[in-house]
Amino acid sequence: MTNEPLLNIQGLRKAYPGVVANDDVSFAVGKGEVHALLGENGAGKSTLVKMVYGLVKPDIGTMTFDGAAYTPGSPHEARSTGVAMVFQHFSLFEALDVAENVALGMENPPPMGQLAARIREVSEEYGLPLDPNRLVGDLSAGERQRVEIIRCLLQDPKLLIMDEPTSVLTPQEVEILFQTLRQLQSEGTSILYISHKLEEIRALCDGATILRLGKVVGSCDPREKSARELAELMVGTELKTPTVASHDLGQVALSLTNLSVASSNPFGTSLKDVSLDVQAGEVLGIGGVAGNGQDELLGALSGELLSTPESVKFNGNPIGHLGPNERRTLGVLAAPEERLGHAAAPDMSLIENAALTANIRKNMVKNGFLDWGKAKAFAETVIKEFDVRTPGSGNAARALSGGNLQKFVIGREILQSPDVLVVNQPTWGVDASAAASIRQALLDLASEGAAIIVISQDLDELMEISGRFAALNEGRLSEPRCTIGLTIDEIGLMMGGAHGMEVAHTHQSEGAV
Amino acid sequence: MDLSSINPILLIASLMVASTPILLAAIGEMVAEKSGVLNLGVEGMMIVGAICGFATAVETGSPFIGFIAAAAGGAILSLIFGFLTQYLLSNQVATGLALTLFGLGLSSLMGQSYVGIKPPATEKLDIPLLSDIPAIGPMLFNHDIWVYVSLALVAAVWAFLKYTRGGLILRAVGESHDAAHALGYNVIFVRLAAIAFGGACAGLGGAYLSLVRVPQWTEGMTAGAGWIALAIVVFASWRAGRVLLGAYLFGGITVLQLNLQAAGVAIPVELLSMSPYLITILVLVIISSDRNRAALNAPASLGRAFHASH
Amino acid sequence: MITLEKRPTPSKLWSYLTPIVAVIATMIAGGIMFGFLGNDPVAAIRTIFWDPIFGEFAFYYRGQLLVKAGPLILIAIGLSMGFRAGIWNIGAEGQYIMGAIFAAAVGLAFYPMEARWLIFPLMVVAGAVGGILWAMIPGILKTKFNTNEILVSLLLVYVAESILASVSLSLLRNPDGAGFPGSRNLRQYESSANNELIAGWGMHWGVVAAFIAVIFAYILLSRHIMGFNIRLTGESPRAARFAGVNPDRLVLFCLGLSGALAGLAGMFEVTGPAAQISIDFNVGYGFTAIIVAFLGRLHPIGILLAGMLMALTYIGGEAAQASLGLPAAAIQAFQGMLLFFLLAFDVLTNFRVRFGREVTA
Repeated sequence: MTNEPLLNIQGLRKAYPGVVANDDVSFAVGKGEVHALLGENGAGKSTLVKMVYGLVKPDIGTMTFDGAAYTPGSPHEARSTGVAMVFQHFSLFEALDVAENVALGMENPPPMGQLAARIREVSEEYGLPLDPNRLVGDLSAGERQRVEIIRCLLQDPKLLIMDEPTSVLTPQEVEILFQTLRQLQSEGTSILYISHKLEEIRALCDGATILRLGKVVGSCDPREKSARELAELMVGTELKTPTVASHDLGQVALSLTNLSVASSNPFGTSLKDVSLDVQAGEVLGIGGVAGNGQDELLGALSGELLSTPESVKFNGNPIGHLGPNERRTLGVLAAPEERLGHAAAPDMSLIENAALTANIRKNMVKNGFLDWGKAKAFAETVIKEFDVRTPGSGNAARALSGGNLQKFVIGREILQSPDVLVVNQPTWGVDASAAASIRQALLDLASEGAAIIVISQDLDELMEISGRFAALNEGRLSEPRCTIGLTIDEIGLMMGGAHGMEVAHTHQSEGAV
Repeated sequence: MDLSSINPILLIASLMVASTPILLAAIGEMVAEKSGVLNLGVEGMMIVGAICGFATAVETGSPFIGFIAAAAGGAILSLIFGFLTQYLLSNQVATGLALTLFGLGLSSLMGQSYVGIKPPATEKLDIPLLSDIPAIGPMLFNHDIWVYVSLALVAAVWAFLKYTRGGLILRAVGESHDAAHALGYNVIFVRLAAIAFGGACAGLGGAYLSLVRVPQWTEGMTAGAGWIALAIVVFASWRAGRVLLGAYLFGGITVLQLNLQAAGVAIPVELLSMSPYLITILVLVIISSDRNRAALNAPASLGRAFHASH
Repeated sequence: MITLEKRPTPSKLWSYLTPIVAVIATMIAGGIMFGFLGNDPVAAIRTIFWDPIFGEFAFYYRGQLLVKAGPLILIAIGLSMGFRAGIWNIGAEGQYIMGAIFAAAVGLAFYPMEARWLIFPLMVVAGAVGGILWAMIPGILKTKFNTNEILVSLLLVYVAESILASVSLSLLRNPDGAGFPGSRNLRQYESSANNELIAGWGMHWGVVAAFIAVIFAYILLSRHIMGFNIRLTGESPRAARFAGVNPDRLVLFCLGLSGALAGLAGMFEVTGPAAQISIDFNVGYGFTAIIVAFLGRLHPIGILLAGMLMALTYIGGEAAQASLGLPAAAIQAFQGMLLFFLLAFDVLTNFRVRFGREVTA
């Protein structure tokens, strides 16, 4: 590392109507440094890196890159200056092949034939094998990330920005990614690494800048701080861990037997032979990398995807052929991952969104006519009991913040007193305090005797609240195991290990499943 | 009934003429749809092209200038659609319908004084040597230039989409506008260009109707050709080569039913005249019944509005 | 620099204001268009919008208002249900024709029997059935084969027009008509006549049906679970599935309903104002109703008002044709323009427009 920083940011500010995303942000990334940008959801990390990548123009503030003033007007300029970025929500095109996707992210791509050869070469060099002719839609989440990384590497960037890169990887794949990043670092590339996962940052980064509510609240050498100290800097208050009340488990409430369902999305993952049992009072955690059948599993349990009657049983009765409303009548409820557009209709009011799933169990319909008074009362109960911050129940769902809408969605299902509740990514993109209260609410519901399935990509969350853990990998579910005593390595293998990137791991994973 | 009155050479020659307007409109619409824009205003752009081309050709005496004016008219009209859908984020289906309704009204208004006039003739290219080949010559090589222009356009669109960077960017924008935006591509500009190209092609197709195929101006003379062009894009699964196939197939049916009518075949005239529409529906059904393939080929962002929030 | 910024909640105020702003903008742009055609813009606008209601011959035109508005409202109400759910039936013109043909066929089958109490209701049912059957073609093709309903319903308009031409020349032709195309006059046949209920008002059974449809649609959308499902599906199809809505059933319901109402409109027209089946029976109500539906913001009350306004442009257009020599097509262009302006100003409902320079670093 030299004294002259590669990227120097001074006093950046970016405001959107009603919210200041970044305010007076300053920090520097040295040459060959791996610098962490740490912060909660909504802390302003994404806006900040978009400014560095030329997607968003700052209101005030200056940047210098390699000693020269840096004001990127577009990603094209950023790329020609030597900045490359791996997006959290990939900027990939499913119906195009790998080489075309790579070409789109380069300023002056070579002809396709040469490019394909370069992709092979570079991907082997960094231990990230890729076939340039495959359609991106057919790739796993980990492979898609490789496409993004290779796209960046082919341009010999001086600064590589990585936005939450590990959220789609198994622990084994994370290890391989880190090796790649260290290799890059040794070649002199600087890396701006965005994450809210503290252990990763401690393992990888040389320096860290911590953001809270758009402002820099501290900077440190993460290797010298404990994860707890970092977390408190990031969140600003002391963290509460949810309390698990011990209680006895009841009968098996929901059981899946060799459930196979085809995905409705051409690039989706079909479920293959999924079997599990959940007892009343139990929380079963289901982990796995995104895109391995999570949406399909939720659909098969909510009734949006139908299966053979016997493959899904509730209290011993076949329900695989029943639609969402028939399952709700019985007491099998669900909360999908996508809040806006699946769990809730964005432009509809919270009252209407309350009626969306609760009209049956809360008796809101008589002779086909909706009782809006009851719907309003129920919406207001949810708002009150789950501390949903909103000016009123008449507000549109899209006007709520992610955390508040998620509390509303989860609360809406919990207050219908389900016997079985299935949730997918209950705290995704939610701030820490909302996440904690959602987890606590799920645990409380279990202690009252409901059977709960939590599908999540956040392993810490699953370890914290579930009694047993299983993982989805390419549409198959591993044998559930007790969470106590489960090591991170074992979990990784259940999730599919390194997905064939390292031969030794795959053999073990076959054994573990 | 006299089937021998149907001359196969003339049948094929007139098939090419009958197919050209739809081929032009369909190849243009395909490019627009490849960029993720569903423009249901093809019918409106065609008919405005038909009158722009007709009026200009009559006034200047030059069919060529007429065609250029038709392309310009179609492109200008399509840019109204472009402005509304790309900048004001209006619903593409509704705006496309508005374009068709507006185009039909506007064209009759513009065409008031052109009813019953004969336009200057568009000359046939007498390609030396080739047009002298017996049978094949009059069939394939004795047409006006626009028949060949339409074929060249199909080839050009195919090559553009497959081999050029511009084509790759256009497909990327149609596939995921958010990802394309994140990589720094100007989604709105790409789409406006594709819309304008579609409009120009539809305009040319309309002018071909009024200047060559009919040749005359009558109100509502496109008679659903624009909608059939839209159907052909679906039929073709957004591939240039299959657009050509679809357009010629449709042209063949049209010409054949006209010939059968003329030959006095014992099928009711109304049934024959509705047959192109019925067959188009039938083909649509067959193509779209394979849900997975239909979903794979359609541009993933087709018809969705794009607004860069941050 | 002008930027658009999404509102957290759609603006109620603008959703009411946009149609009015759009009408004013269309008047201005239309005036300019009429100016180019060599007319006095102000006179033209006054002739179209003012004279039919308040002018010298208003006693005649006022009655015409309901006659034109009836079918437009009836059809637009049906279409609006589908449009709200993202189901695009744009072939109402064809369903309107088929409703008329079915109804006329039933009526003429009974001719010259006198039993209005039986025949007229039967014709009403036949009209609805004709429209439903025609709308079910795109419906069933969509649900069974995933076929695009926009294209199918539209293409079927041309097929319906061919059938109309065919039956006016053969099956339904007036045997006493000296070989002229067209059916018997259904208005002169006591059992099938749909005459004015109050002389001079233009109020016939079709207008009554339109008013009933408005009330029915209002209740359906605001109170009934079916209306909720329709709105939900349009807002977010995935959330609708999650809420247990069966998309196929909804497609069939929306297409069936719009087909039925379009068929009814055709029935009331062929037994009333048009009086007979003829080759040029349809005059584009099925297409204009699309504009009415949007102009009325897909809301029943809005459609009622929009239908009246659109009827006014028809009548005013006729008046302008007679007194100013304005071409008939000008009105069609004018109506298309109105839809453009509406869609353009609609942006204000969901977005805030900000003027101002973006400060760059």
